[in-house]
Order: sequence, then structure tokens, then C-alpha cells
Amino acid sequence: MLARVAAQRLHEIRQAFRLSPQASRSFSTALNYHLDSPDNNPDLPWEFSDANKEKVREILSHYPSNYKQSAVIPLLDLAQQQHGGWLPVSAMNAVAKVIEVAPIRVYEVATFYSMFNRTKVGKYHLLVCGTTPCMIRGSREIEDALLKHLGVKRNEVTKDGLFSIGEMECMGCCVNAPMITVADYSNGSEGYTYNYYEDVTPKRVVEIVEMLRRGEKLPPGTQNPNRIRGGPEGGNTTLLSEPKPPPCRDLDAS
Amino acid sequence: MGLGLLASRAMRPIKSSNFRMCARYIVTKPELQSPESAAAEAPAQPDLPPRTPVGGARIHFPNPEDAIEVFVDGYPVKIPKGFTVLQACEVAGVDIPRFCYHSRLSIAGNCRMCLVEVEKSPKPVASCAMPALPGMKIKTDTPVAKKAREGVMEFLLMNHPLDCPICDQGGECDLQDQSMAFGSDRGRFTEMKRSVVDKNLGPLVKTVMTRCIQCTRCVRFATEVAGVQDLGMLGRGSGEEIGTYVEKLMTSELSGNVIDICPVGALTSKPFAFKARNWELKGTESIDVTDAVGSNIRIDSRGPEVLRITPRLNEDINEEWISDKTRFCYDGLKRQRLNDPMIRGADGRFKAMSWRDALAVVAEVAHQVKPEEIVGIAGKLSDAESMMALKDFLNKMGSNNVWCEGNGMQTSADLRSGYIMNTSISGLEKADLFLLVGTQPRVEATMVNARIRKTVRATNAKVGYIGPETDFNYDHQHLGTGPNTLVEIAEGRHAFSSAISNAKNPVIIVGAGLFERDDKDAIFSAVETIAKNGNVIRPDWNGLNVLLLNAAQAAALDLGLVPESSNCLESAKFVYLMGADDVNLDKVPNDAFVVYQGHHGDSGVYRANVILPAAAFSEKEGTYENTEGCSQQTLPAVPTVGDARDDWKIIRALSEVAGMRLPYDTVGAIRSRIRMVAPNLLHMDEREPATFGPSLKPKCTQKMSSTPFSSAIENFYMTDAITRASKIMAQCSAMLLKK
Repeated sequence: MLARVAAQRLHEIRQAFRLSPQASRSFSTALNYHLDSPDNNPDLPWEFSDANKEKVREILSHYPSNYKQSAVIPLLDLAQQQHGGWLPVSAMNAVAKVIEVAPIRVYEVATFYSMFNRTKVGKYHLLVCGTTPCMIRGSREIEDALLKHLGVKRNEVTKDGLFSIGEMECMGCCVNAPMITVADYSNGSEGYTYNYYEDVTPKRVVEIVEMLRRGEKLPPGTQNPNRIRGGPEGGNTTLLSEPKPPPCRDLDAS
Repeated sequence: MGLGLLASRAMRPIKSSNFRMCARYIVTKPELQSPESAAAEAPAQPDLPPRTPVGGARIHFPNPEDAIEVFVDGYPVKIPKGFTVLQACEVAGVDIPRFCYHSRLSIAGNCRMCLVEVEKSPKPVASCAMPALPGMKIKTDTPVAKKAREGVMEFLLMNHPLDCPICDQGGECDLQDQSMAFGSDRGRFTEMKRSVVDKNLGPLVKTVMTRCIQCTRCVRFATEVAGVQDLGMLGRGSGEEIGTYVEKLMTSELSGNVIDICPVGALTSKPFAFKARNWELKGTESIDVTDAVGSNIRIDSRGPEVLRITPRLNEDINEEWISDKTRFCYDGLKRQRLNDPMIRGADGRFKAMSWRDALAVVAEVAHQVKPEEIVGIAGKLSDAESMMALKDFLNKMGSNNVWCEGNGMQTSADLRSGYIMNTSISGLEKADLFLLVGTQPRVEATMVNARIRKTVRATNAKVGYIGPETDFNYDHQHLGTGPNTLVEIAEGRHAFSSAISNAKNPVIIVGAGLFERDDKDAIFSAVETIAKNGNVIRPDWNGLNVLLLNAAQAAALDLGLVPESSNCLESAKFVYLMGADDVNLDKVPNDAFVVYQGHHGDSGVYRANVILPAAAFSEKEGTYENTEGCSQQTLPAVPTVGDARDDWKIIRALSEVAGMRLPYDTVGAIRSRIRMVAPNLLHMDEREPATFGPSLKPKCTQKMSSTPFSSAIENFYMTDAITRASKIMAQCSAMLLKK
């Protein structure tokens, strides 16, 4: 009897928690299939630029000639930088041709990694970390602030083609959570940068966006003026002196 | 201290005194050091009843010294080295549940359903990917293994829709069966299930991708067996799905097999969708007749209707695959059927009449013409019994102008090695070089092509091809298009001739399309020269093959259906077409009387004066010999249509009406007649190798023309009366053939 009451109560609690605001599950990657559009279809010609062809040769030289397919990720990255931050299907086909595999093998890789954008992105692609530590420290609010400020949806490009916002998995800066990454494709694959901005606040990200819009350079890293890199706010609190060596038994004693 | 140093210390059996330097000892148990000794020390086995391997599988030890012993649930089994734990369990008679593992595909190990407990392993191991080691103690029915399976099952069912009542796989679904056997009776998942967009893979395979459990069997099948790299695994995590990324149809001639290997209802048959439940169907084990391979099939029928065709396992012929033509031609059995004897009236229209009258008309006309003006042609779907009856009947009438279409007019049936596949289909796997002469195995004999592809993949065998430009799904060298290249190789002027002499087990496959050429003998003698120079025919290896096109060809030649004169058709007054639709009837004089006996209103009917309805392969018991010389039997799955009769019975009845009674009344009697002519046709499911090689052949003096070889089959999906009547095959040729 008691067990049944307890089970019922547990069920009620569960039901209460189940009502999450998100009606559908969201995935970190975009669509897993290709839809033809005027700027993205297999009939569009796509080739590595002459400078990048040299780089392709260099990348391929890292791998044995019978394992060319190992170069798929570096080549996709190069193609993405060349094409302004995203991979049209014809670029993936071009990569498949270089490494001599069926195109589907390249699509498999490109859809697996969320760092490969298969839809158009802005010149500055802002990636908000959505993994647990950042989420606890307010990454949702940061994303909302960005989306509201730029007036776009996730994975959508602003009208001027400057910004787009995406989500990313953990980038390993949890100590400075929350953080965003700015992939800067405005200078092609030569001037490509990929910078982390950590300890951001909803207010600060909007400032960052405006600075980028004005073309100002801003140093990457923590945005909290009171912190130095990963160090604690207001200076060190531990390890203030030279650390003591670990205790060791007397090696001479037999 | 480096890891390597640690490991080497751990391996050292004696513990030296300076080893104490290490603060912590590494304890090694003797049984970890040498598993063999542990196995030897194992206590005497209790008396366990002997177990039979799953499915009656036989174990082949390539090297007897490499046998190892493992224990499955305490029961010792001997297995060859390199077997996986799952295979060891199968040998021990324990069926391990699995989704992603398939014995004919590479190992993926991603469904985790085959988890078993292995002693001294901290976690359950995926048995399909774990090599069995000597002395391994595998436990398949412990609480750990059971709990692991139940957990995996719960994860798989998390995103699997509970739509079994509307799913076509219901009743033959691996997921359904295994969740009944190994799953929990309730789930704890209360969130939203995911849904996936369905893909369009063409007119044959229906997709319901939400049901997919990502076992990747179809991806591996398409890549490894079918050789079309279209399918892939896209995305990751819970968003992972099977697809083609870009909109693309599956243009493989083996695509139907993904329906069979899909363990759930994600890939099902489009033509069979919502037609029947598998437990309503009656299965009849039969033989495919759409090509000369004789794939083993099961005809599933309900009442008078064939509802689907599925493959049967035959390691020597089709393994467990069949071509799309074999699988989906069945709807042709319901269309364009001839169901009444008919005669063409003065107005050119057919009128139905009774069997008695029809046979009387035919017998009367047959007696009015001279014996040498009588011609009989057997169709490509004819069984041996009916061809025997046709030949006997025509011989009794005084004519010997009888042949089977596709065999050409100047065939020689003297040497059996000259028209069968001497290497045998499974023997092709031993080859390390192929020379394809005027044959496109991909369209002519799909299952043979699958075998060649398997060999090429496994051993990197070289493939040379002489013939018109065509599609291959493996690496090949296109040597040339016509007989000139053949002569170059025969005379040793071509680079490929040295490749043939250097090969260990070379195979030459000549297409039966060449039978129709006038310079057939010259081409064959050139091929035989190549075979002689390249040492292709040896006592232990016969690599000279002919790849036939039609199911009836081999048996027709075995029974001696060879025309007496090569231009008998021009002077014919009475033509008996037994299902022959692909014979050029333009040469037949206008006043000739044409009888068409067959099951479909196909091209032969247009010229016919009388139609005699016969039974299709799904409705009769008939013997067929495939291209490698293996006789097999079809069995009736459904009743015949209308007033149709078995082919041999019609000819037997006609012979009686014509006053030339054939001396057999039963299938048994006609088979004893066959035994006198070609006894090998009655050795069912046995391959009868040819006795004499081509060395006995007389020297050929024919001139070779330089016309390039042409392709024997224009449209893979439509090659005979049944497939031409099929709507599904018409859709396939419209959508899947390259224009």
C-alpha cells in the first residue's frame, strides 16, 4: 500500500519536472541531409584556389599515398576557410575527388563534426558553448542576448552577411565559463582566426559584436578585467609561495 | 617509470629482489600469464549433452594446428584461430542476439546487443568484435549478460517507434523477436522520441527511417557487396541517421537485399508494402529462372497470388543474396497472362476455343507440312522436361530443327565444357585473374558478378574486360572492344597475356551473347588458345568458363536441342514456339503456321496463329540447369491461371492428337526418358562437372570478323516475358537505368 502511494507520488513529481519549455529535442548539428539551393547544389563548380592547392599537396604529403582518405578533415577545414566559413556540397565533392573516395564518405565526416558548417555563415561566426559548465554559468542567456541583438535565429545569417550564431560543444575552457568562440572568415584562409572570448556576460557579448562590426581588434581570452587568464578573480589565493617538494622516503636507508 | 617498462616487469615471471624498489607490487596470476596452462588445469568437464552448432553450421579448419579451445557456458568447443567470441558461441550451439553483426559483412560492433560475460573481463564484451582467445571462458546466460542485453534493448527501444501493428516487418522483425526474448516488459523512457525524415531510395526499397536503429548493415552491404557507395551514416549522437545526404536513388542491381538484412522495419519492400503479413504466407522453395544463375528462392504466396520472392541460402550459387530482377519480377506473373487456348480468326483477332479443338487444329497443320519444314524453338524459361518432350515430339514428326533461343544456330553441344561454367560459381573465389570476353556479368548474371566482386575485394584479383563500354562495380582494365584484342592476347602481343601466364588461378569467362555471332567458333578457338598459352586448364584447375544468359540454355544443350540446318527458319511452314519470345521471326515466311505455347502474351504472340496457354515457373515442377551445370528444381507455389497446363503435358497431349503418342504420362516417366539422354539433369542440387576439355575439339578454320562485341542485354530489368510484363520492372528501368 505504502509502496503504491510512494510510486504514485514519484510519478507526479516526474510529471512536474517533465514539462520543459523545449517542446522538441534540439541537436547541435544542422540538417543531416542536403537541400538544393541556388548557392549550394552539386552542379556549382568548386575548386581549391591556387594557393590552397599548394596547401592541399602539403597536407597530403603528411599521409601515406594509400591512405589519402586520412586527409579528409584537414582538407575539409581548408575548403571551409576558403569558402567563407561553410562547405557547399560541391566543395565536399571536390575534397572527395582529391582523396579518391566516394562523396558519401566525405559527407559522413562533414555531418559528424559540428565545426563544419554546411549552411551559409556570416563573416564572423559566433559559437556559443552549450555544454554543462557553460550552461550552468548562463550560456543560454548569452545566446538569447546575441540572437535578440542581431535579430536572427540560430544558424541564420544577418542581413548584412556579417554575423551568424551557432552552438558548440565543450571547448575545454570550463574554468572561464561561459564562453563564446568567434570564427573570423573575413580575411579568407590566410587571415583566418578562431578566438575564444571567455567569462562573457550578456552585456559583454553585445559589446564584442559591436566591436567586431566596427572592425576593432580585441584581445581574446577572459573578458573579466579582474582575472588573468584562468586565474582566480583578484589574484591567486593558493600556491602563493614556492611549492614544497613531495615527501619521499629515505632512499639510502636499506 | 614508462608504461612499457611496467609491462615488461609484469611479464617477467620471476620476482627479483631489486624489484622491491617499486612501492607497489604488481601481482600476476599464473593463469593470466599462460592461458593454455589454465585450460589444462580446468577441472574435468561435467557430462554435458553434445550441442549442435546454430543452423547446422560446419566449421572449416584451414590449418588444424591453429585450433583453439574455448568454453561456452562451461561447454568446451574447438574453433579455428581468428574466430570471434560470437562465432565460438554459435559453434557451441548458443545463439547470441545481434543486430549489427552479419556474417557476410564487415564487423561494426555498434549495436552492443551481443554482449556476453567473459571470465576475468571487468565488463561485458561485445562478442561479435572480440576475437576468441585460447581458454576463454564465455558465459552467455549469467545475470551480467542478461542485464546487459536488457539494458541495450531498452536503449534501442528508446527511439524506436512502437508501430509494430502498422509495420511491414512485424512478425519477422529481429528487434521485435529479441525484445520479446531479451528485453524488459516495460520501459522507463518518458521523453519525446525522435523522428527522422524518410529517404527516397527508388521504386524498390521503402524507407521509414524513424524505425532505424543505426546498425549500419545497409551501409556496409551497399559498400562491400553491392559496390555502390551511396549510403552512409550522417550526423552524430541522437541525431545520427542513415542516408545519402544528397538526393540519390539506390542504383544497384542488388538493392533489394537491404530489405532482408535490415533487422527492423526501416527498409522494407515497396511493392510488398501493406500487402500481407508474413505468417499468412505459404513459402515454396524454388529456383529463379530470370537468369542462368539459378538463384535459390522462396516464393511466398497467399492463395493463388505470388506476394513476394525472397532468397534462400545456397553457398555455392547465390550465397544469401538475389538480384532485384529475381526479387521483384513476381508482379509480372499476374499480368498479360494467357489463360485460354486461342486461335487467330480471319479478321486477325484471337478467339478462345477448347483445348480439344486447339490441339486438333495444330495436329492437322503439323501433318500437312513436310517434316523438314517443321521447326521448334524452346524459350529461355523452359524447363528440361518440356524441352525433352518438344524434342521427342518433333523428332517423331521427322524434324530435328529444334533449339533453344539464345543458343544460336551453329551451336555445338558435343563438349559440355564448351558451354558451362567449369570453375563453378563458388570456385571463382579462388581465382586471382579474370578475363571477361564479351560479357557484362553485372547485367547478365548478377550473382556471378557479386562473386567476382567478392574475389576482387578479397584478393585484389585483376580483371580484364573485352567488350563494349559498360559499368563495373570493381576495378577493371578495359582491354578492347572486339575480337582484335582477343587475337592480340592469343598471339601474346598484348600486355595482358603475360598477366594471364603469371597468374596462379586465371579465369576466362566468355559471354553467351557470342553464341549468336557468325564467327563464334573462331572466337572460341582464340579463347582456347589463350587458355592453352596461359595454362588456364590444368588437372587441378579449370578456368575456362562460358557464362550463359538464360535459365533454359544449359539444359537445352545437355538434351541436344541443336538445329539440324542453320537456315531452317526461312523455309519453315510450321513453327512451334515454346515460350520463345526473343527469336527474330521476321525471317519466317508469311504462310507459315506459328503455334505459341507459353504463359505470357509477349512478342511471340504477335505472329502466332494458335496460342496454347502454359504454366509459369511458379506454377510447375520443372528441372533447370544453371550456368555452372547444377540441376535444380522449381516447385509449384500457386495454381495455374485459367485453363493453362504444364508445358510438357501440352506437348504430350498434342502428340496423342497427332497420332504420335509420346511414351510418358507422368513427370517420373519423362524424367526416366531424360535419364537416358542427360542423366546429370536428375542429380538434383549437385554440380556435374564436364568431363572432357576443349582439347578434343576439331581445329577451327573459320574466319574471325573484326566487328566489336555487342552487349547481350540492353535492359537489365526486362529480359524475358515475365519481367517485361512486370510493372515494377518497368518502373525500375524508367528510374534506375542510366540514360
